[in-house]
Amino acid sequence: MKVEYRVYLGIGIFVLIVTVVYFFWAKEYGGAMMLFGTAGLGLLPALYLGWWKRRMEPRPEDVEEATVAENRGAVGAFPDHTIFPFVLGIGAFLTALSLVFGPSTAVIGLALIVFAATSATLESRRGGTV
Amino acid sequence: MTIAEERSELAHEPEADAQHGPTGIYKWLTSTDHKVIGKNYMYTSLVFLMIAGAMAMIIRAQLVQPNGHIVSQQMYNELFTIHGSMMLYLFAGPFAFGGFANFILPLQIGAPDMAFPRLNALSYWLYLTGGTTMLMGFFVNGGAAAFGWVSYAPLSSYTYSPGPGPDLWIVAIILTGFSGIFTAVNLVTTAFYLRAPGMTMFRMPIFTWNMVVTGILILIAFPILTAAMVMLYADRHLGTHFFTVAGGGSPVMWQNLFWFFGHPEVYILALPYFGIASEIFPVFAKKPIFGYKGLVFATLAIAGLSTGVWAHHMYTTGTVLLPFFAALSLLIAVPTGIKVFTWIGTLWGGNLQFRVPLLFALGFLVTFTMGGFSGVMLASPPFDFAVHDTYFVVAHFHQVLAGTAIFAGFAGFYYWYPKLTGRMMREGLGKLQFWIAFIAFNMTFIPQYLAGLRGMPRRIPVYLVSDHVTFLNQVSSVGAFLTGFSFLIWLLNLWISWRRPIPAGDNPWDGHTLEWATSSPPPHHNFTSLPPIRSQRPVWDKNHPEYADYTTDHDGTPKKEVEPR
Ligand code: HEM
Ligand SMILES: [Cu+2]
Repeated sequence: MKVEYRVYLGIGIFVLIVTVVYFFWAKEYGGAMMLFGTAGLGLLPALYLGWWKRRMEPRPEDVEEATVAENRGAVGAFPDHTIFPFVLGIGAFLTALSLVFGPSTAVIGLALIVFAATSATLESRRGGTV
Repeated sequence: MTIAEERSELAHEPEADAQHGPTGIYKWLTSTDHKVIGKNYMYTSLVFLMIAGAMAMIIRAQLVQPNGHIVSQQMYNELFTIHGSMMLYLFAGPFAFGGFANFILPLQIGAPDMAFPRLNALSYWLYLTGGTTMLMGFFVNGGAAAFGWVSYAPLSSYTYSPGPGPDLWIVAIILTGFSGIFTAVNLVTTAFYLRAPGMTMFRMPIFTWNMVVTGILILIAFPILTAAMVMLYADRHLGTHFFTVAGGGSPVMWQNLFWFFGHPEVYILALPYFGIASEIFPVFAKKPIFGYKGLVFATLAIAGLSTGVWAHHMYTTGTVLLPFFAALSLLIAVPTGIKVFTWIGTLWGGNLQFRVPLLFALGFLVTFTMGGFSGVMLASPPFDFAVHDTYFVVAHFHQVLAGTAIFAGFAGFYYWYPKLTGRMMREGLGKLQFWIAFIAFNMTFIPQYLAGLRGMPRRIPVYLVSDHVTFLNQVSSVGAFLTGFSFLIWLLNLWISWRRPIPAGDNPWDGHTLEWATSSPPPHHNFTSLPPIRSQRPVWDKNHPEYADYTTDHDGTPKKEVEPR
């Protein structure tokens, strides 16, 4: 977890420095805002990863001498096949098209989205990740 | 539903489950296997490459003579807009981070799948529908979007670009934007949480590292693009005035938003291909990669710097702090140069095997370096003032972008095709394709530098005899047609390998990284067993114990890593 954390931390700190330099040199607020937001996009995940790093034993994948057999237990549960991502995608497509051709397609689209999102959630609660 | 159980070094029964579950079209619609989705992405994006390439052929045909009449002015504008948009948003990016990364990244770190398989499938469907949406523009009243892939305000406003075509373009970008964001979440999470034991971050293959950094950059850049698109749509239809002077908005704000996405985007398009080249050079030089950590830090430095250079696309607006952006733009050439030197260092003194993947990777190295040099020239404001919006810029970004995506892209395709399918492509045809493509590509774009220096502006369908660019354009067009022809050779090669397969075996190139430790194509959930991971090259170590990157105890248990020899 340490390296993952430092990758994000490094990007966050670097962009923060760029932000400060830009803010005082260019005196232009739009760009400074965008840079500041970007620094946040580095620091927020760093915070999360750092928080976990402190609370976790090094995982087998962080240990140089770990053997493959140390990965006892399930790596994760993976669905083999499911139709709901497709349904969700078509729903999103129809909904987005309503921005161009008027609201009629959105009716079907939103219905598909609601149906697929709930079904996928139920499906993954029976086991598996989303 | 399968639970991927512990992956011990003892192979369990090789599961005959690659075929279980649905088959045919229903399998294609419902699969959440990263390998199926990765292949879907690859072939879809290659179809988009062909379509956008055909548009380029029409554009070049129009420019063969000074006053071409092949297409109307309006049609010309639509063609270069959709050509650029498809190449960037629908081919170069998704081919790499949707196609290669999806298929290869989990294999390289010893994972059974992506972290979020359903989200992964959703990404693909958003990408496919988004791509379709963009093409629909040609079939509606008023035609497709015609304001360039950068969609500058006020040209993209409803006044100057009425009709549904531009709206379809906006919707297409929003859909593919979400698709890219979801893919990025998947890539970063997978690399952070699903690595095999012993696969520490600093043992990840460079390709995987580059995909992690690409993912981070996507998560920074794409949301801004999507937000900008929503604002543009609101300006067009909901009466807001973000980008209209009349309502108190600012057209230059569009440029700021767009390029804050746009420059990271060019590295989102480039880094994955750098990763592909970084896999191919060591394997075909029979050496470990030179300067592994240097490459990783260069990649991270590029990511950090690329967020601070957006306004080098806006020098001529007169609204930006020139020294700041010129300095950062020149700085970004440093890590880029480090990469070029580590690649050369990897090749140096190596036992080079000039197979098709290496040839394409070398083609990438040459064109990219040329384009990089013209990029450094452009980063200097006085020079840029002279050539901004001329064909010089067109040549620059085709050498860095198209050269990268095409040469490194095909390098990766030839390199991993055996893993994808269990078959080889024909060497001879591959070499023929390479040489035609390489010569023709440079024949297309080097004259464009010269045309640009003579002042030929980009995005115009006609020019004058007195501009003295006719000959340059003719050379360029012939080069473009030949480049197009080289793709037909590739299609032929693909067709032959489909009809008369040559079995590839699991590890035809004597590869270094984990994807070569499993069968070709890999089984469901990828691995029945994994070799011990003790260095950056676990498969090499296993196959060449005498040259392994670590030492062992007397009883053969791995002891410690040594400096790669
Ligand atoms: C060596 C580092 C690089 C530097 C210093 C650099 C610099 C520049 C500059 C200053 C421009 C603006 C020219 C103008 O509009 O007048 C430009 C345009 C462009 N660059 Fe680069 N570049 C570099 C690498 C790349 C890479 C790696 C890519 C993509 C893989 C890329 C893609 C583009 C594109 C697409 C444009 C055209 C944008 C448009 O349509 O206006 N560049 N580059
Ligand atoms: Cu740029």
